[in-house]
Amino acid sequence: MILEWLIGILFIGGIGAWLSEKSNSELPRVIALATIVLDLFLVILMLVAPGALGLEPISSSDLGQPGEWLVLSTAEWIPRFGISFIFGVDGLGLLLVTLTVFLGLMSLGSAWHEIKERTGFFYFNLLWTLAGVIGVFTALDLFLFFFFWEVMLIPMYFIIAIWGHENKEYAAMKFFIFTQVSGMLMLLAILVLVFFNYQAAGEITFSYFDLLGTEIPDAFGFWVMLGFFLAFATKLPSVPIHNWLPDAHSQAPTAGSVILAGILLKTGAYGLIRFTVPLFPTESMAFAPTAMLLGVISILYTAKVAFAQNDLKRLIAYTSVSHMGFVMLGVYAWTSQGVQGAVMTMLAHGFSAAALFMLAGGLQHRIHTRQMDQMGGLWGAAPKMGFMALFFTVAAVGMPGLGNFIGEFLVLLGSFRISPVAAALAAIGMVVAAVYSLIVIQKVFHGENKNNLVVKDLTKVEMICFGLMMIGLLWMGMYPQSMLEMSEPTLRSLGVPFFD
Amino acid sequence: MQYNNLIIDLMQIIMLTASAVVVMVTAAFKRNHAIVCGLTVFGLFASLMTFVLIEPVLPFEATQLLLIDEYSLFFSNLIIVGAIGVALLAYPYFKTHESPNEEFYILLMTATLGAVVLACSSHFVSMLIGMEMLGVSLYAMIAYTVHDAKASKFPLEAGIKYLILSALASGITLFGIALLYAYIGTLGFDEIPSALEAVGGPGPMFIMGVLMIVAGAAFKLSLVPLHIWTPDVYEGAPVPVTAYLATVSKAAMLAVTLRLILASNALEFNAVLAVLTFMAAASMILGNLLAVLQTNVKRLFAYSSIAHLGYLLVVIIAAASVSNSLSVESTSFYMLTYFVMSLAGFAVISAISDSTIELDTLADFRGLFWRNTSLSAVLITVLLSLAGIPLTAGFIGKFYIFSTGVEGELWFLLTMLIIGSAIGLYYYLRLIFTMLQNADISGEDRAAAAMPVGVHAVMLAMTAAIIYLGVYPTPMISTLQNLASAF
Repeated sequence: MILEWLIGILFIGGIGAWLSEKSNSELPRVIALATIVLDLFLVILMLVAPGALGLEPISSSDLGQPGEWLVLSTAEWIPRFGISFIFGVDGLGLLLVTLTVFLGLMSLGSAWHEIKERTGFFYFNLLWTLAGVIGVFTALDLFLFFFFWEVMLIPMYFIIAIWGHENKEYAAMKFFIFTQVSGMLMLLAILVLVFFNYQAAGEITFSYFDLLGTEIPDAFGFWVMLGFFLAFATKLPSVPIHNWLPDAHSQAPTAGSVILAGILLKTGAYGLIRFTVPLFPTESMAFAPTAMLLGVISILYTAKVAFAQNDLKRLIAYTSVSHMGFVMLGVYAWTSQGVQGAVMTMLAHGFSAAALFMLAGGLQHRIHTRQMDQMGGLWGAAPKMGFMALFFTVAAVGMPGLGNFIGEFLVLLGSFRISPVAAALAAIGMVVAAVYSLIVIQKVFHGENKNNLVVKDLTKVEMICFGLMMIGLLWMGMYPQSMLEMSEPTLRSLGVPFFD
Repeated sequence: MQYNNLIIDLMQIIMLTASAVVVMVTAAFKRNHAIVCGLTVFGLFASLMTFVLIEPVLPFEATQLLLIDEYSLFFSNLIIVGAIGVALLAYPYFKTHESPNEEFYILLMTATLGAVVLACSSHFVSMLIGMEMLGVSLYAMIAYTVHDAKASKFPLEAGIKYLILSALASGITLFGIALLYAYIGTLGFDEIPSALEAVGGPGPMFIMGVLMIVAGAAFKLSLVPLHIWTPDVYEGAPVPVTAYLATVSKAAMLAVTLRLILASNALEFNAVLAVLTFMAAASMILGNLLAVLQTNVKRLFAYSSIAHLGYLLVVIIAAASVSNSLSVESTSFYMLTYFVMSLAGFAVISAISDSTIELDTLADFRGLFWRNTSLSAVLITVLLSLAGIPLTAGFIGKFYIFSTGVEGELWFLLTMLIIGSAIGLYYYLRLIFTMLQNADISGEDRAAAAMPVGVHAVMLAMTAAIIYLGVYPTPMISTLQNLASAF
């Protein structure tokens, strides 16, 4: 029940925050904070002392799939279609749920002083997005998964459409249509998959475990796999379906960008690892060269595009696409290092991108522009901010000792085994990353403060947030084993080849 | 025994007829808007409740003309609920109307009677009677505010348009029926296959007849290319009547069309299948595309209804390759969700309109979310549901269509469905975004003003239904499975 609680608390907290606005416009954020802290407490308890919650890893072998699940619960929902509530969390899921709740707290921190209007509805949307994302990471019924996939979309749409910046209508619309249309393709693919399973097994079911190993006629296999792939690749995002992301990011309020970059993109990567490849092993392996090519193109092309940006948030958005290219590459290499690297990149990028968006959002809040040519010499005005920007930029570039390095290094190692050329090209991406990242520091923080901008340095709340994320990245960089160990059993059970 | 059952089974129709008479007589003696409206709602409600009596004695063939079974009962109930909703919307709307209002409710009753007859019909004669009773009442309802100098729209134009085109469609249907009868010599739906076999298979005359009947039905369902009347009539008619057109009239016509198609095995004929497939694809694409261009919300809903009827047609076509019961189940569920969504949507427009002024342009909805949150929350729920987003009935409905389409392997139509829905997202979102914008309203703000209880009740009930069906559809699904198992 613990997973249902995690989601339920956020749903209820969201409604509470909305209702509380009537009495006091300061109250919603307090309620949101309490909600997320409660969730975080539960998640940490699950991480460090699962026994305290009465949890012990249970095997899902009775559901047809080997692998250890920390929690697994089932209940009927729509028996007519074999749809049930199946929530489960294993190592990989728990890592991502932790990331979600933690970054939820960070986004709350960035919204704390920024959101002044319609606070109740804002925090409602924020909490519901988080609930949707946790649902995505824990749902093991394909219908339920799709349900949460869409649930996280609408509140995010509202966040961009209501609290966004100058071009919010366009950005929100683009975000929604890209995700929704690719989602519909996935729904169709899910149904076709279920249909073929029904023909073979004589029973309609949407259970992930029952659908693993469904035989699909050759004529359809590729297309069904593509339906899943497109939905996840849109969310990831990968070239050529990435162009909703720069608009959505640059227009979203800071908290929205933090959630988008930190968490929502990870649902795409998670989907590839959990669903696309395990459900369609043969088709995916046949498709892997194309996917790896897309990954490499994403890395190089968007790195170059990022370099050309003047809008700080757009630049960071493009770098996100570039980093997600590594994830695609690692996943489709489908070797132990490759997928482990992809998971590490997901976690580390969650932190670094969230931090960079918080910095960009904080700057915009202070000087009302995102254009880098308007800035310059801000280090003198806001040294703490400058330091943080340098730290997280360097982290994103892949400095050894920080999480991103581990992730990207493992991806390169893993993909080299499969395709040395792809790995070599991707490695060039790391060099380009240094160029586009350092230019940000130069343009924004170094040089001359030509507009005589006065920037208030980071507040206490912000310092705490950045401090926590620094610790997180250092932990990932110094002791990645703790996380690799958690995800390993999951990856083994998903069929990733480990060479021990 | 037989006669007892006959009376019980026809109870809904009898009650509706009796209520229509009571309302008419009351209006003749005392012209009082409130009393007449109250009586109408009461009469409708009473006839709705008779389903409790009817249910145990199903199915029953009440004469050759009417087949009362769970399927027809489901649609009749839906129709009567819709009529109650419309009556509740009509009362505040017509309060500002200076000419007599009482006749409107009599027309509403007769139209509903026609619709219920359609839903129970299993014979061409009753189908035609139902269609005409519904149609003729609607002509007058659409043009009802015609004598009011301050009428906000163009009821006369809409009424005449509907009169001429609808009469033409009825004529075509009648001609089709005549051709069919000349060829096979029977008018009962389920006698068609055997009669056809007796005369040695279908000939051109038979196919022609079926196509003409399909064309007549397609007109009432506003499927492309017979949709031209829809936007103008929707916009020109008073809002409650538009709501009636979008819900009751569609549900009744769909019920009889589905029954006719399934009973007569019409999908076995390639010509019929081809025509229906074309109509479905064209409705989904054109309906959605044209909706994008609209700046009037009523017209937007009109085009969106064309698209949604296109979606529904996909499930009907699927009956050619899946079991009839699955097709019936999906169609009924989608019709139910569409019915609920439309009624809620028009209730919102109705809440901020009356017979002298209708606030139905996109600009009127600017900032509605901040001016009247509950009103716009209803509309947002409706729009998300129309777009097929989870937690709403529309999602389960779309899920039904997708899964039926996949089972029927209708890849072409499914592709069109996805393209259509993608375009659909755009205009639904645009309307939502309009409501989320900041508004500067100068002068009196109608939307923020209090609304009558009846409209509130309709909106509340329909929104609750949308959420309930979206979150926990299981009870409704088993009801529908049950009624569909007869096919």
